[in-house]
Amino acid sequence: MFSNRTFNLIVPIFSVLLGFLVGAIVMLAFGYSPIEGYRALWNGAFGNSYYLGETIRQSIPLMLTGLAIAFAFRSGLFNIGAEGQVFVGWLAAVWLGIVVDLPTIIHLPLALLVAGLAGALWALIPGLLKATRGVHEVVVTIMMNYIALHLSNHIIRAYLLESGSRTSRISETASLRTEGLTTLFGGSQVHWGFIIAFISAITMWFLLERTTYGYELRAVGYNKHAAHYAGINVKRNIIMAMMISGLFAGLAGAMEGLGTFGSMHTHASFSNLGFDGIAVALLGANTAIGSVISAFLFGALKVGSLSMPPISGVPSELVEIIIAVIIFFVASSYMIRWIVLRFKKEEK
Amino acid sequence: MSNYIVEMLNIRKEFPGIVANNNVNLQLKKGEIHALLGENGAGKSTLMNVLFGLYQPEKGEIRVKGEVVKISDPNIANRLGIGMVHQHFMLVDTFTVAQNIILGSEPKKKGVLVDLKQAEKEITELSERYGLRVDPKAKIRDISVGMQQRAEILKTLYRGAEVIILDEPTAVLTPQEIKELIGIMKSLINEGISIILITHKLKEIMEVCDRCTVIRKGEGIGTVNVSETNVDELASLMVGRDIAFTTEKTPAQPKDTVLSIKNLQVKDFRQALMVKDLNLNIQAGEIVGIAGIDGNGQSELIEAITGLRKVESGEIFLHNKSITHISTRKVTEAGVAHIPQDRHKFGLVLDYPIGENMVLQTYYQKPFSNFKVLSFKNIYQHASRLIEDYDVRTPSTRTKARALSGGNQQKAIIAREVDRSPDLLIAAQPTRGLDVGAIENIHKRLIKERDKGRAILLVSFELDEIINVSDRIAVMFDGQIVAEVKPEETNEQELGLLMAGSSKEKAGEL
Repeated sequence: MFSNRTFNLIVPIFSVLLGFLVGAIVMLAFGYSPIEGYRALWNGAFGNSYYLGETIRQSIPLMLTGLAIAFAFRSGLFNIGAEGQVFVGWLAAVWLGIVVDLPTIIHLPLALLVAGLAGALWALIPGLLKATRGVHEVVVTIMMNYIALHLSNHIIRAYLLESGSRTSRISETASLRTEGLTTLFGGSQVHWGFIIAFISAITMWFLLERTTYGYELRAVGYNKHAAHYAGINVKRNIIMAMMISGLFAGLAGAMEGLGTFGSMHTHASFSNLGFDGIAVALLGANTAIGSVISAFLFGALKVGSLSMPPISGVPSELVEIIIAVIIFFVASSYMIRWIVLRFKKEEK
Repeated sequence: MSNYIVEMLNIRKEFPGIVANNNVNLQLKKGEIHALLGENGAGKSTLMNVLFGLYQPEKGEIRVKGEVVKISDPNIANRLGIGMVHQHFMLVDTFTVAQNIILGSEPKKKGVLVDLKQAEKEITELSERYGLRVDPKAKIRDISVGMQQRAEILKTLYRGAEVIILDEPTAVLTPQEIKELIGIMKSLINEGISIILITHKLKEIMEVCDRCTVIRKGEGIGTVNVSETNVDELASLMVGRDIAFTTEKTPAQPKDTVLSIKNLQVKDFRQALMVKDLNLNIQAGEIVGIAGIDGNGQSELIEAITGLRKVESGEIFLHNKSITHISTRKVTEAGVAHIPQDRHKFGLVLDYPIGENMVLQTYYQKPFSNFKVLSFKNIYQHASRLIEDYDVRTPSTRTKARALSGGNQQKAIIAREVDRSPDLLIAAQPTRGLDVGAIENIHKRLIKERDKGRAILLVSFELDEIINVSDRIAVMFDGQIVAEVKPEETNEQELGLLMAGSSKEKAGEL
């Protein structure tokens, strides 16, 4: 028999392999060469320093939204609202980046802090409603996503529009990008946000696994009746879990605003960063380290897929299929458990 | 024609990693009540699920009326005339008794419509024939647990059962309801029905059963005639060693008052007043047992004391200090420990390792944490000591609480609560669902804590337990303490009547 720990490792690895296997079958079925397709994917993600930089750049916000979802999930909450929290964080970061004039050492941390706070406050509303009125957080966060999308569009159009559908650029003192890093990665858009993502991951791990706060949050997540019986303040923990989750998602928005784009544009629809975060957390088994690794995989897939059509002729949508299959198998981990046990039995 | 209506011969059932049944034989005579006795986890339910077609045995054969049969699903069991009443009823709350009974085999008229009239008529006939009084038009959610159980029995009879398996049927009933159930069982066998009674209550076996098959740790131990045995023999067959039933104890030596409740009023979640003007005192060094039928305010009383539920009015004092409107954490810190009624829902975080469960109320204190950072070294050291001292059987302190047996989970909770050296220990149904070996152990532990000078409040629906362990019995009915009796001056009959609301004078006449 496997221990749970090994199993938590086997399921995602197995799922990823199956995802690539199904992707290969689909390519074959439509007359493409899987070897060519995957070579293009690999080169498009890690082929040179530019592509590697882009992969890292794409992974950074996914790491943070993955952490956001995972953190809420470990506390027994399903934060579908990371998407909306990304928007408010993005907007807050860009706004502070534009309107304030400060030296980098203060400006950048302040912009990050405000973005995180904006996300946390956006998540406070569903947290409060859940804790005090028992309203299900999924319903509220979905509604909050739409409010965030349209509200941020409105604010950009009404107050921050510079040209077309874009705000003006943030001042250099608030930017996460530096000349040196851009040159090092062959002119890619990569920025220092990966450090923020790593610090966030370590913070989440430490907070959840090593502190009394984490002990309470996890106890509430597993069994709130027992937590209540033990004298733990369940309501406060629900609110706190939502806010910390929102903080991570707000920081993900700041990565886009202060790093990748240096501005914010109006969105016709969702950015999908928050929704992809659900997949990241799921593949990462709701752990901090797992979310970082799976975000990196998803980032590589997304960036690599762009090189597939010009080089191998394989449509980039193939990557969507691979991701869908991976998620499918992680979600049906019960089935994998069953298959693995079956093999074990036959070996005997 | 065989002598037996159902025979299970040399049954073996394995699950990955364990043998749940091995070499078990059970032969049921027509028209007898046959007890299936065993500790928790001995494999009683597995064996009956094999008979009911839910599991397939690895070895052995099943014969019904002398013919070898293969029961691959419950529908086949039904067709062979085998019916089962599960411990947790399988009823639709918002349907009537009749609708529940016919569910899945509805009488039809004009091919598609359900003929409820016809069904109600048939059910009334059945209930008169077997003495199972129940109103077919009543909704399940409006009738008592005893009535619901009758509906379940009627359901099996309606499907033509000749053999009925009753899984721990008395666990949920009041003493009076148990008496009625025994009457029903007797009239069923008079009508030629055979009954298999799954239980670990020895007294019931002595009272109603003809024969008894014992299994221990999955192994068939044998079958005995009830008329030729006694409670002690059955117990040692079941557990494999001798068991003391009445726990030895010296008279209590009560000292200062620890808990004092004055004119307490508590409402439940529907805003109904569940505790009404209740007064109670408990002294150090005594066990006060609260006897009462479930739902008479016991849970609300405990929740009010422990700060889990709002107090409407009145006062609760611990050592003359009011703990009336303070949080659960403050109540715990003031010296109250609580063994909750539902150990899975409240007592444990099942997905936490047993070690982390041992600090559920104290994780934030030194030495288990320092500046908000947990010290796993100290937590697990503490857990190892508790496991040793209180004989909790677990593979390791890192094993999830979920993986432990019910008895060991309960021992772990008791270890945690008792080890905090509380002034007041509240034990709600501390032995529910446990077997005699574990019950003996827990009763001894409660008395030991009493002798150390703790005040103990015991709430139980088991009158045996109340009479055996308490130094003083307070009977709770409709939110009030209606009588206070001494265990040595009362009996189950009198307590049962008091619990049902009779006055003490009336109950005393019996």
